[in-house]
Amino acid sequence: MQTDRNVTKMLEDPEFRKLTRQKNRVSLILTIVEMIVFFGFITLLAFYKPFLGTKISGAITVGIPIAVGAIILSWVLTGVYVFWANTKYDAMVRSVRDRIGG
Amino acid sequence: MEQTAIGQANITSILFFLGFVVSTLGITYWAAKRTRSTSEFYAAGRSITGFQNGLALSGDYMSAASFLGIAGLVSTRGYDGLIYSVGWLVGWPILTFLIAEPLRNLGKYTFADVLAYRLSHRPIRTAAATGSLVTVLFYLIAQMVGAGTLIKLMFGLSYELAIVLVGGLMIAYVLFGGMLATTWVQIIKAVLLLGGATILVVLTLAKFGFSYPELFQAVATQYGDRYLQPGGLITNPLDAFSLGIALMFGCAGLPHILMRFYTVPDAKEARKSVFYATGFIGYFYILTVTIGFGAAVLVGSDIIMSIDKGGNMAAPLLAEALGGNLFLGFLAAVAFATILAVVAGLTLAGASALSHDLYVGVIRKGMANEKEEVRVARMATVGLGVAAILLGMLFKGQNVAFMVGLAFAVAASANFPALAMSIYWKGLSTKGAVASIYTGLFLAVGLIVISPTIWVDILKNPVALFPMKNPGIFSMGAAIIVAIVVSFLTKDPGAEEKFAEEKLRSYVGIGAE
Repeated sequence: MQTDRNVTKMLEDPEFRKLTRQKNRVSLILTIVEMIVFFGFITLLAFYKPFLGTKISGAITVGIPIAVGAIILSWVLTGVYVFWANTKYDAMVRSVRDRIGG
Repeated sequence: MEQTAIGQANITSILFFLGFVVSTLGITYWAAKRTRSTSEFYAAGRSITGFQNGLALSGDYMSAASFLGIAGLVSTRGYDGLIYSVGWLVGWPILTFLIAEPLRNLGKYTFADVLAYRLSHRPIRTAAATGSLVTVLFYLIAQMVGAGTLIKLMFGLSYELAIVLVGGLMIAYVLFGGMLATTWVQIIKAVLLLGGATILVVLTLAKFGFSYPELFQAVATQYGDRYLQPGGLITNPLDAFSLGIALMFGCAGLPHILMRFYTVPDAKEARKSVFYATGFIGYFYILTVTIGFGAAVLVGSDIIMSIDKGGNMAAPLLAEALGGNLFLGFLAAVAFATILAVVAGLTLAGASALSHDLYVGVIRKGMANEKEEVRVARMATVGLGVAAILLGMLFKGQNVAFMVGLAFAVAASANFPALAMSIYWKGLSTKGAVASIYTGLFLAVGLIVISPTIWVDILKNPVALFPMKNPGIFSMGAAIIVAIVVSFLTKDPGAEEKFAEEKLRSYVGIGAE
């Protein structure tokens, strides 16, 4: 475990503050995007049913690619997050830990 | 297709099922020798990789109800079934972005560990364990009743025998093999389920020249365009949003899902495991929807509904039509395995809330040694297993489909707000978090009791006191507001002081176990 001195030192560390700020921003933006995707879909279902029922090609309606797209997009967004965290975030964590000696 | 072998003891299904039971009991025997400490019992010694945990997480989430239920819904109601599958997936990204890593860094075995990091141990552990147990019990009742009914439908076994069989096997896995055995049961089941569903989809698409447009064309020709258009599922927008909120935030409050993040060595593996899990589950839902449309065309919705009104036999009937008795037997065994794996995961989560949070954290004030804790966890496992069997018998013949929705509403209202706020908001006080958990819990349960689902459909009252079927928007909203207001009224300087240390561990992982 860390000593109190180390904790205080770390919290004032500009790099640590940047790390938490960026992590929160990425998490928040992606959460909002996912909420827009899903609640957007529900809004279409609640208020624009005929639009979703419009045929685009053969028997396929607009609603089918939208629903399947929402499933795929949910997965892609987790992929975006994991890619960001594996490359950018982990590097920041390593650098902060090396400097403070965690 | 005039005749079906569904509902008869089928030699192939029995052989496949015996194969599954023998191999999982073998794994349990192997795991039992590696399950002595608390970290081994609750968290498989943190030895699971991100990929393995991704499969196990998807195994925990892909229940027989979602496999048979969504396929059934699509086959009998078309597009509306697809809406369900979207709804069940959207919680996973939220879990990835907000909860998975801090949870892994801050906790040890249960999500209550995260709350207890800086809040007063006894009140917060009591509240969090209550929220966990209620969620687990509702989920478990739904699974047990579903298990009895489905196994009766598929194998022709009596309801009671099916429940005792499921309960007994699940107790054996968890009691002797702890998390290690439970994880491997989940992994095997996930592979079987994904593999079986993939084969079924390939066989289905082969009938349509491997072309989705042709499949949809056949659906439209047979049932009209309405099958590919949104139908009557969403009528009340507020109710739909409310359900959406419970599904989206409930996933990140399910104790058996959250517990899985402690089985991996660190936050990086935890993050990877949700990515894999989301991919597997999303893929599985797309398969299930395809199976549903395939069954509508190749089996026919009338035949599906004549065997089970809810449409639950759509996938097995399609398997029989395309792959004969052999494939039907395989799929029936997979559905049985699916039920077993899900109830084992739930029982372990419930046992950890009873032993780690309530017994060790509250009654023994953290003073119990490991041996004692594992012994209590094992006793709790047996107790919960027996309770699950008895509850399954008690609710025989009842419509318990609403209980999974209720579990999600409780998870989203009682567990999620307190958990997320304890990670991200410095000002959360012990009293604020406790009040939030109980508010979310009582509102979610209470509003469902007076909603049309129970008040009218089950208690036979003429008018519901609460008009909506899904209370999530109110119960979760109230839980958040109560947490903020009570925290401002009851400042908790000790908890605020520890926030700095928590932040360090949450973001960088220093001191994580």
